[in-house]
Amino acid sequence: MNRNVRILTIIMTLCFLALFAQLIRLHLIQREDLQANPNNTRSIVSEFSQERGLIKTADGVVIAESQEVQNELRYERHYAYEDLYAHITGYFSFLYGSVGLERSYDDLLASHNKEKPLEITTTINHSIQQKAKEALGNRNGSAVVLNPQTGEILAMWSYPSYNPNSLSSSDLDAVQDAWGQLSEIPVSNDPRLERAYRELYFPGSTFKIVTAAAALLSDKATLTQPDFENRNEYLPPLTDLPLQNYGGGICGGNILEGLRVSCNSIFAELAAEIIGAKAMIETSERFGFNQTIPIDLPFSIPSVFPSNFGDPIGEINAFSIPILEKTPGLAQAGIGQFDVKATPLQMALVAAAVSNDGLIMKPYIIDSYKTETMGSMKVNKPEVWKSALPTETARSLKFAMETIVKNGTANRMKVTGAVIGGKTGTAQVDSSRPDDTHGWVIGFGGPKEGPSTVAIAVLVESIPNEGQNTGGFDAAPIAQIVLEQTLRIQGYIN
Amino acid sequence: MKCNKRTVEACLLLVSSTIIVVAYVLASIGRYSSLPANIVPFFVIIVLLFAAAHIAMKRFAPHANPILLPVAGTLNGIGYVFIARLQDELAGLQALWTLISVLAFMIILAKGSPVRQYQRYKYSFLFLGFVLLLLPLFPLVGKEINGARIWVSIGPLNFQPAEFAKISLAIFFAGYLVERREILSITNSKILGISAPEPRHIGPIVFAWFVSLIIMVMEKDLGSSLLFFILFLSLLWIATQRNIYLLIGSTLFLAGAIFAWGQFSHVQKRVDIWLHPFNDPTGDGYQIVQSAFALAEGGLTGTGLGLGTPERIPAAETDFIFSAIGEELGLIGTTTILIAFILIIHNGFRIALNIEKPFEKLLIVGLTALLGFQAFIIIAGVIRVLPLTGVTLPFVSYGGSSLLSNWVILAILLLISNEKNQQQVERKRI
Repeated sequence: MNRNVRILTIIMTLCFLALFAQLIRLHLIQREDLQANPNNTRSIVSEFSQERGLIKTADGVVIAESQEVQNELRYERHYAYEDLYAHITGYFSFLYGSVGLERSYDDLLASHNKEKPLEITTTINHSIQQKAKEALGNRNGSAVVLNPQTGEILAMWSYPSYNPNSLSSSDLDAVQDAWGQLSEIPVSNDPRLERAYRELYFPGSTFKIVTAAAALLSDKATLTQPDFENRNEYLPPLTDLPLQNYGGGICGGNILEGLRVSCNSIFAELAAEIIGAKAMIETSERFGFNQTIPIDLPFSIPSVFPSNFGDPIGEINAFSIPILEKTPGLAQAGIGQFDVKATPLQMALVAAAVSNDGLIMKPYIIDSYKTETMGSMKVNKPEVWKSALPTETARSLKFAMETIVKNGTANRMKVTGAVIGGKTGTAQVDSSRPDDTHGWVIGFGGPKEGPSTVAIAVLVESIPNEGQNTGGFDAAPIAQIVLEQTLRIQGYIN
Repeated sequence: MKCNKRTVEACLLLVSSTIIVVAYVLASIGRYSSLPANIVPFFVIIVLLFAAAHIAMKRFAPHANPILLPVAGTLNGIGYVFIARLQDELAGLQALWTLISVLAFMIILAKGSPVRQYQRYKYSFLFLGFVLLLLPLFPLVGKEINGARIWVSIGPLNFQPAEFAKISLAIFFAGYLVERREILSITNSKILGISAPEPRHIGPIVFAWFVSLIIMVMEKDLGSSLLFFILFLSLLWIATQRNIYLLIGSTLFLAGAIFAWGQFSHVQKRVDIWLHPFNDPTGDGYQIVQSAFALAEGGLTGTGLGLGTPERIPAAETDFIFSAIGEELGLIGTTTILIAFILIIHNGFRIALNIEKPFEKLLIVGLTALLGFQAFIIIAGVIRVLPLTGVTLPFVSYGGSSLLSNWVILAILLLISNEKNQQQVERKRI
C-alpha cells in the first residue's frame, strides 16, 4: 500500500504546485493587465471610498461632509444646503467625477496621506450667500460678492442651481437618473453651469467704467473735460448705422455726467475716436480681460475683449487715433457690446479695482485648512493679482461711481448709513431682439469713513421675449439687499 | 539531543499565536488606524485555547506528531483575523465555533482511543454518513441557500451535514476496504485486454459513483460530490493496489461529468464561467473576476492587512477567503497557505507510511486526502484552475460545521499518530 500512498503524496503535491503556478500568473504575470481591465474599479473605488474632509463657511456652517453608507463605496458626500452651495463645493461623484472645491482641493479633502482630513474653511459667509439666493429669486443670473481689500469671496450664487447630493450619492442608479435629467435641460438653462465664473455675457454699460478708466489713463480726458455735445445717437466713422442712446434719449456733457446717466454716445465716441483700440485693449487687460482669473475653483473662463480691430484705414485723427477697419465695432466695445464678453466675477473685480485704489486682489474661496496634528494652516493669503489703475485714477472713478448711486442710474443701490458706488448696465443679448436685455450692476460699499469693504456684481438674465431686465430696475435692488446684508455682517451698519 | 515532541509543539504554538495576534493588530490598524479594542481578551483567549489543546495533547496523545496542531491552529487563527476584518458581526460566531471545535478536539483526544474500534462500527458509520448526506433533501429540515441544497436547519441552528458525512464515510471506506481488499484486488477477468476485477466487485465503485451523482444532482453540491468520489477512489486504489480502479474510476468520473454538463444548467454555467469569466464580468462572472482582480491587486506582498477591499468579492468570508488573503497578503500570503496544506498532507501521509495496521493506515490516508483535496478543490476554484465548486477552505473559511469537522479530523489523525508512536516507544522499552 505504501507505494500508492507515496504516489498519492506526489499527485497531491503536484496539484498544489499547479495552484502555485496559477498564483504566480495572477499575482505577478497578469497583474498589470488585470489592474488595467476596464471592469476593475478597484483602484478607483479605493480612491473614492474614503472619508473626505469637511467644507465649512467662514462663519462655521458645514456645507459639505462625508457620510458613512453601507455599501462598497463606504462614504458619500452630503451637502446640507443642497443647491445653495452647488456652484462652490461642486459635487463628488463616482460616475461623473468632481467639480468645484471638491475638485480643486481634492488633495486637501482626500485622506491620501493617511492622516484623517478635518476641514477646509471657505471665505464664504453663510448669511450673505443665503441673502444673495433670496434676492435673486427664481430669475436666471448670478451675484458675486467679495472683499476688495483681500480678494476673499464672500458670496457667489447663480441661478438655476442643482442639488449636488443627487450626483454624489452612492446609489449609482439614482446618480445616473439625476444626471440624465440634468442633461435633458437645454444648455442655456443648465443648472450645472457656474454662471458666476464660467459664463460670458455682454457687460453692457458696466463696461463704461473700463472705458472711462482708459480715457483717464490716456491723459486726453478727465472726469470733467471735455464736454460732449447733447445728442441722441453717435455715428462712428466708416458706417451709416448710428449708435443709439438708451431709449433714444438725448444726453451729453463730461465723463462724470456720462457715467451718471449712462450715456452711450459719449463712451462710444471716446473708445472709437479718443482712446483708440490699443489703449482700450491695454486697459481692459489691466482689469484682467483675456486672462484666466486665478480663483481657486476649476475651469474659470477668461473674459474677452477683442484684441484686433483690423488694419488702419485713412488718416490718423486729431487725438492721434487711427481709424481701423472695425472702428464701428470699437465704438460698440466702448459700451460693452460687440465682441466684449465678461463673467460676473470679472465685472466684480472691475468694481473691486476702483474701490481698492486700483489694485485687484487675487480672488479666493478657501482661507485655511485644519488637521488633527498640525492645527490650522493658511491656504491663501491676500495678494495683488493686478495693478489695474494708479491710485488717483481709481479714486476719481470711485467718486464717479458714488455719484451714480447718489443721483444717477444706480440710485436703487443706496444703503442707509454706508457709502455705496455703482454702475448699471443693460446689455443687448441679440441685436435682432433689442427688447431682450440682461440687467447688470457692479458696485462697492463701505463705511462712511475709510475704504470700501465689499465689491459686488449682479447679473439678471433676460427671459427671451418677456421684456427687459435693466440694471437700474432689476439688478440694482438685488445688489442693494446683498450689500446691506454684507455691511451689516461686517458691522458697519445696524 | 532529541527534542521532546510536545516541547516542539509548544514552541510552534507560541510562534503561531504570535503570528495570529500580530495579524489581528495589523488588520485593525490597517482598517481603523487604531488598536483593536478587545486586544487583551483576544490575546488571552488565543493563549488559553492553545494551552488547553497543548495540555490535552500532553495528557492524551503525548507521542503524536507535533506539526499538525500548530499548522491547523495558525490556519484557524488567520481565517479568524480575515473573517473579523471582512464581517465584524461574524467574528463572535466564528470565535464561538472555534471554542466548540477545540473542545470537541480535546474530547476526542481523551475518549477516542483506540481508533481501531471504529472499524467495528463501519456499517453504523455508513448509515450515519448516508443519513447526513441525504438530510438536506428531507422536507422540513432541509434548506436551500444560494442554490445548493446542502443545509439542515433545526430551530436556530443551521449546519451542513456533508461536512460530518465525509468523516463517517472515510471511516466506513477504510473499514470496508480493509476487509475486502483481498477480494477486490483479484483481477482475473479482462476488460479490453487489461486484467480487471470480476464485474461483481466493481459494484461498490459504481455505487459510490452513483451516490456522488445523487449529491450533485439533488443537492447541486458539486464540491462535496467530487470530494467523495476522489476519497473513495483514492482509498480503493491504495487498498487494492490495482491501477485498473483508477482507470475505471476516471472513466466513470468523466462519464458523470459529461452527463452532468449536458443535462444540468447549473453545471454548464459553472463551466462557462470557468472558461470565459470575462464574458459577463458584472453578472455571472463577477465573483471569479473580482477574485482575480483581488489577487492582482495583492501582487507579491499584498496591500497590507485591512488596507485592501476584499469585501467586494461575494462570499469572501467563506468560499473566497483565499482571494481575500491574496489581496491583502499577496503571493507571500497565499503561498504560505499552500505550504500549510502541503505540510498537513505530508505529515499525514508520513504517519500513514509508518503504520502497519491497514485500517488506521487507510483511515489516515482518507482523512488527510479529505483535507488536502478539499483545500485543493476550493483554491483551484477561486483561482480558476478548475471550475468553481463551493466547498470551504478547511480551518480558514467561516462556518461552524466545517470548522468542527476539520478539528475532529485533526484529532483522529493525532490519535492514530500517537498510537503508532506509543507502540514504538513501548517496543523500545521492552
